[in-house]
Formats: sequence, structure tokens, C-alpha cells
Amino acid sequence: MLEGAKDPGLYDYAPYRGRKKIVWPEGKTCAVWVAPNLEYYEIDPPVHPKRKPWAKPHPDVVGYSHRDHSNRVSHWRMAEVMSRHGFPGSVSLSVALCQHHPEVVADGVARGWEFFSHGIYNTRYSYDMSEAQERSIIEDSIRTVQDATGQRIRGWLAPALTHTPRTLDLLAEYDFDYTCDLYHDEQVQAVKTATGDLVSIPYSLEVNDHYGFFVYNMSGREYADTLVRQFERLASEGGTVMCIPLHAYLIGQPHRIGPFEEALEHIAKDGRAWLARAGDIVDAWRAQV
Amino acid sequence: MTLDASYTEYPKRRHGYDHELYTWSAMHERKPVDWGAGRKVAIWLCVSLEWFPITPSDTPFRAPGHMQTAYPDYRHYTAREYGTRIGVYRLLDAFTKAGVTASFATNSANAERYPELVADIIAGGHEIIAHSTDMNGTIASGMAEGAEAALISTSLDALEKATGARPQGWASIARSQSWHTPDLLVEAGVKYCCDWVNDELPYRFNNGLINLPLNHELSDRQIITVQQKSADSYAESMRDAYDWLAKEAAQFGGRMLPMHITPYIIGLPYRINAFEKLLGDLRARDDAWFATGGEIVDAWEKQL
Repeated sequence: MLEGAKDPGLYDYAPYRGRKKIVWPEGKTCAVWVAPNLEYYEIDPPVHPKRKPWAKPHPDVVGYSHRDHSNRVSHWRMAEVMSRHGFPGSVSLSVALCQHHPEVVADGVARGWEFFSHGIYNTRYSYDMSEAQERSIIEDSIRTVQDATGQRIRGWLAPALTHTPRTLDLLAEYDFDYTCDLYHDEQVQAVKTATGDLVSIPYSLEVNDHYGFFVYNMSGREYADTLVRQFERLASEGGTVMCIPLHAYLIGQPHRIGPFEEALEHIAKDGRAWLARAGDIVDAWRAQV
Repeated sequence: MTLDASYTEYPKRRHGYDHELYTWSAMHERKPVDWGAGRKVAIWLCVSLEWFPITPSDTPFRAPGHMQTAYPDYRHYTAREYGTRIGVYRLLDAFTKAGVTASFATNSANAERYPELVADIIAGGHEIIAHSTDMNGTIASGMAEGAEAALISTSLDALEKATGARPQGWASIARSQSWHTPDLLVEAGVKYCCDWVNDELPYRFNNGLINLPLNHELSDRQIITVQQKSADSYAESMRDAYDWLAKEAAQFGGRMLPMHITPYIIGLPYRINAFEKLLGDLRARDDAWFATGGEIVDAWEKQL
């Protein structure tokens, strides 16, 4: 990025109108990917000068144990629903989960899911990291996920969405294919970096379950209806990407998972959705531009 | 500005948790729990019975629902008292009508101030869970261990004196504990706490304390007060939760639906009908077991 500039220079302007129509495999009009965040939050992390990890003095019992629900209960509930309707996961992974709860990671591997890095822990923020520190979390991520899953990670969603001005350049230098941190588009787009060939893939804050439940205060049914509406519109426009970013401790709660399953069933049965992994979507896009 | 080198060091990165409080296990892999008699879902009604002094304390933090305006905040003081005068009696009547029993997480100040209310709760066959002293009795790391131990024993002693039985359960205000709390609760003779929301069945801490998870996401405070949903939307969410858990129970064994409710929230005239209808609907399910926290813990413990 152009550090300090008014426009960070991440990409060129490209209006939606007049673009070449992307066609997804088998003529599908909307590539749908599901991004479960498999995370580990530390109970007593060091405090970053720019962001407090927890609202309460440690242990923040509700904050910590709510997230721990994913790794004891709701991951499998969410994953089963996804598998039942043919949705593979593209995992935003706190890579230390490979050490703390390898059982959760192994479940994703067994389901054929793709993994990308979401930092070491979701309680360690990248702001103000030195270049050496930032390289260490990238190299750690590549090595840790390779060892745990056999996959070379291709993508990045910054831990707790925290960045430095050099993050994207470093990702490109380490041969990453995609970033999930930019929200400017409905399609895969090129990202300007010093070297390499990085693209952005639409992730989503707006239909992220966290926003649905804690920013927009939706009920489980309202959130399910939101996903269906999002899909219907994107599928009718065509050539689009829809991401469903999830956190098991939110979507996997007993009052939300039933309506969510109905939304997945609707999307899977519609016929216009290409149920894909993030890397597959990037590859299919690259083949057409 | 740069970060200290230790910021990218991870001394507790290891198999299992980054603490020693309890060990990991996945709920669906555990030995199935059987609630008996074909019952699939234990419904745990847990009522918060709170008393908010008009002189709020911010040490260690101000409780949710506490005073908000400059002193004297008549508005919130009295609106909370509405809960212990009116709302709780609507709930007690609703429980009687449905033929169910509940747990009452009770500030011990209520036992001292309103003994007739506590007597009515006991007469209804309900359970008393200790819920600190009053709503100034919050706990968090940073408070002196001795002060915390005194808070816990003051609450338990007062409730024991008022009811004739020492509560087996403990619910911290806002579920907030310090590093000392689990050990202090065991030392005070508490059998189970309700603070950690990471599971949907009871489980045991390394020090022997049982945690009975009282899901905050399924509370009237979260759904109605925080997320601003209607009572109908709350009831719909509870029905959806029950349906899911009953389905899951058929495959994995007994499940639990904790319903954490608050007299001054769900007990209002324009909300209580939706709650009564929900209670009636759930009561009509063949596979529902309405149980107190203590009953659920006992049933679970026998099957270990």
C-alpha cells in the first residue's frame, strides 16, 4: 500500500457496469463459499498497546468460554450441516488451534476443507509489528498448517482484522494467492503489491454471522433469510461470489442452527450456486481474465 | 512504535488449553447422557432474582442492568424492584400453571429483605442458587482474594439461614469470575457454578467443581434487552432451540436447554403471555424434562 497516502493504492477503480461476465463451472451464476473461522482466543494474552483483547480483567469468562463453545460443541454441529448440503469449508484458522485442539482441525481436513491463515491467535494483533515479527507469523502459519493438514496455505485473513502497511506486500512475496481483508467488490479482483500476484476474494462483513447477530441484532431466522436474499440477488446478477463467514459459537447455537440449515438447503437446491472453496474460486477467475 | 519481541512468543501454545481450569472434550464424543423415561431435553428454567442498591458500585465493575443516571436514579431502582414485586409473581404463577419447577439465582439481599418472596419460592418446590449478595457484589480478577471469599460466604450463609439449606449452586453476577473463584467456591462447599458458557452439558473442573452452563445467548437479557427482539421472537428462538436439541438427542443422548430469565424483563404485561404460551408448548412435549439445576447435575453425576 501507499503508506500515509489518502488512497492506500490497493487496486484500480473498476466499475461494476461493463465488466466481462465471469461464468462459473457448469454455467453456475454465483460461486458460494463458506468460511468457518476456527479460532483460538487466549485466556490471558499479552495486552497490545492499541487494542485490549478482552473487555473484562482476565479471565473474561463469558468472552473466553463463549468462543470455547466452538471447540467443544458447535464446530461439529456447524460442520455436519455444511457437509449434509454439500458445502465445503474454507477455513480462516487461528493456526495455534493446530496445537491446542488438533481434533478440530483434523475434522476439517477429513471433510476436504481448505485452510488459510487467520494469524496465530485471534488475541494477537498485527498493528505495529516489526517486519521480522510479521514475517514470523506468516512463516509460522505456512509451516504450522503444512504440518497439520498437508496444505500450503494460499490465503490470509488478518488476525482480528489487524494489519500493518506491509502485510499485503509480504503475503504476495510469500506466494499467497488471495486476501480476504478487502471489502470493495462482489468479485475476485487484482490487488496491487510490490511483487507477486495477489487477489482479493469477497469475504463479507455484512453477512458475517457476527454482524448478523451482534451488529444488526438478527434472530436466527432473520439471519437465515438474509443469506437467502443475498444469494438470490447475487445469483440473478451472475458472475458473482458470495461468502458466508461463520463462527461456530454463534451460528452453531441451538436456536440458530436449524434456520441456518434451511438457508443452506435453499441455496444448494437452487441450481445456480457453485459450492466451492476459496482457492477454487480464485483459480476459476484467473482462468477467465 | 514497535512491539516487544515477546508479543510473538507463545509460551502456552500446546495440546489442550492455555490454562489448567478444566480439560478439553468434545460433547458429541462423550458417553450419551440418559435423562430417563424417554426424556430427551432437560429444560432448565433459571430466574435471576436481583436486588440493585440505588448506590451502584463500579468495583470491580458495574453489573448489567444497574443504575444509569446521576444519583438518585429512581427510574432504574424502581424498575428493577418491579421485578421482585410483580414480575417474579407472574413467573411463579406461570410455573405453577405449567406444573414445572425452576432455579432462582438469588442475591442474598433478597432473602434478608423479602423473606416472604423466598418462602413462596421454596413453597413452590423451586431451587435457590446463590447469586452473590446484591448487584454490587460483582467479582473479577484484581479484587482481594479475602474479600471475594467473604462475599461468597456472606451470600451462602444468608441464603442458608433464610431457606434452611445451603445452596449447592453458584451463579456469579454477569458470569464474571476471577482466577480465584473456582477454588473459593469449592472451599465454600459449592457443588456447581453456572458461569462458563462453553458447553451444553455439565462438566467438571480440575478442582472438582461442576460447571452447569447457563447459556447467555439463550437469555431474555441477551435476546430481548441486548438484541432488542420481541417476546414472540424470543419464544420462537426457544422453540427452534428445543426442536434442534431434541433431534440431536436422538443421535447423541440427552441434551439441555437452559432458559435464563429475568423478572423485570420477561415478566412485563406485554411479554408474559408469550412466555406462558411457550412454557405450555414445551410442557406438552413428551420428551421434555423440566428440571432444576441441581436435579440436572445430580442426574448427570450418577451416570459418570
